[in-house]
Amino acid sequence: MTVRVQTQDFDVGAELQQLSAGNHQIGGVASFVGLVRDIAPEGSGASSSMTLEHYPGMTEKRLAEIEAEAQRRWPLAATLIIHRHGRLEPGDRIVLVATASSHREAALESCAFLIDWLKTEAPFWKLEDGPEGPRWVEAKSSDDARKAAWKK
Amino acid sequence: MKLLYFAWLRQKIGKAEETLDVPAHVKEVGQLLDWLESLGPNYATALKERKAVKVAVNQDYVGLTHPVKAGDEVALFPPVTGG
Repeated sequence: MTVRVQTQDFDVGAELQQLSAGNHQIGGVASFVGLVRDIAPEGSGASSSMTLEHYPGMTEKRLAEIEAEAQRRWPLAATLIIHRHGRLEPGDRIVLVATASSHREAALESCAFLIDWLKTEAPFWKLEDGPEGPRWVEAKSSDDARKAAWKK
Repeated sequence: MKLLYFAWLRQKIGKAEETLDVPAHVKEVGQLLDWLESLGPNYATALKERKAVKVAVNQDYVGLTHPVKAGDEVALFPPVTGG
């Protein structure tokens, strides 16, 4: 049950190791790692960095609430959300969501749930460096639809 | 009342936060947005597209009829794009 919002990178292997360490009731760990995708045209020589802004305080609060909602829906032994902010380059890790449970179904489903909800609920905004200068990324309606699909 | 602005709302309004004495007739989020619009062209431009403005009061998402009062932390921002 951990939420971290930070500028520095994280070590996925070490984080997953830590998540299940000492708890031998855990039978499976699921994880999602989000990366900065290079949106600059191939061969253009350009590279698309981005800056992630967030709302300190509300971010941690919303992430903890989303995590608690996953706990209500699935029997989870451990969960972890790490989200970075600040300046990031293509290929950089942005977010890690990991869930651990006795069985794979709860781990896999809750991991997908967490990243879908995080994308529409957690107050982060991406400013991409485009060919015509910085541009705020627009929210996608497909993300809202994915979140709505989890409504029960 | 403490106002916070994020992403392009921050850029259009020209500041990240401010503390404002809000008139007594402003009792709901919608009324607050209407009043903010009257403060200047930068506010009016930023708040023109109401559908693109999300509001949080004391760090919870709220709708336009949610009450606001002195001492609240009210944040205005565009739809979120993290993850």
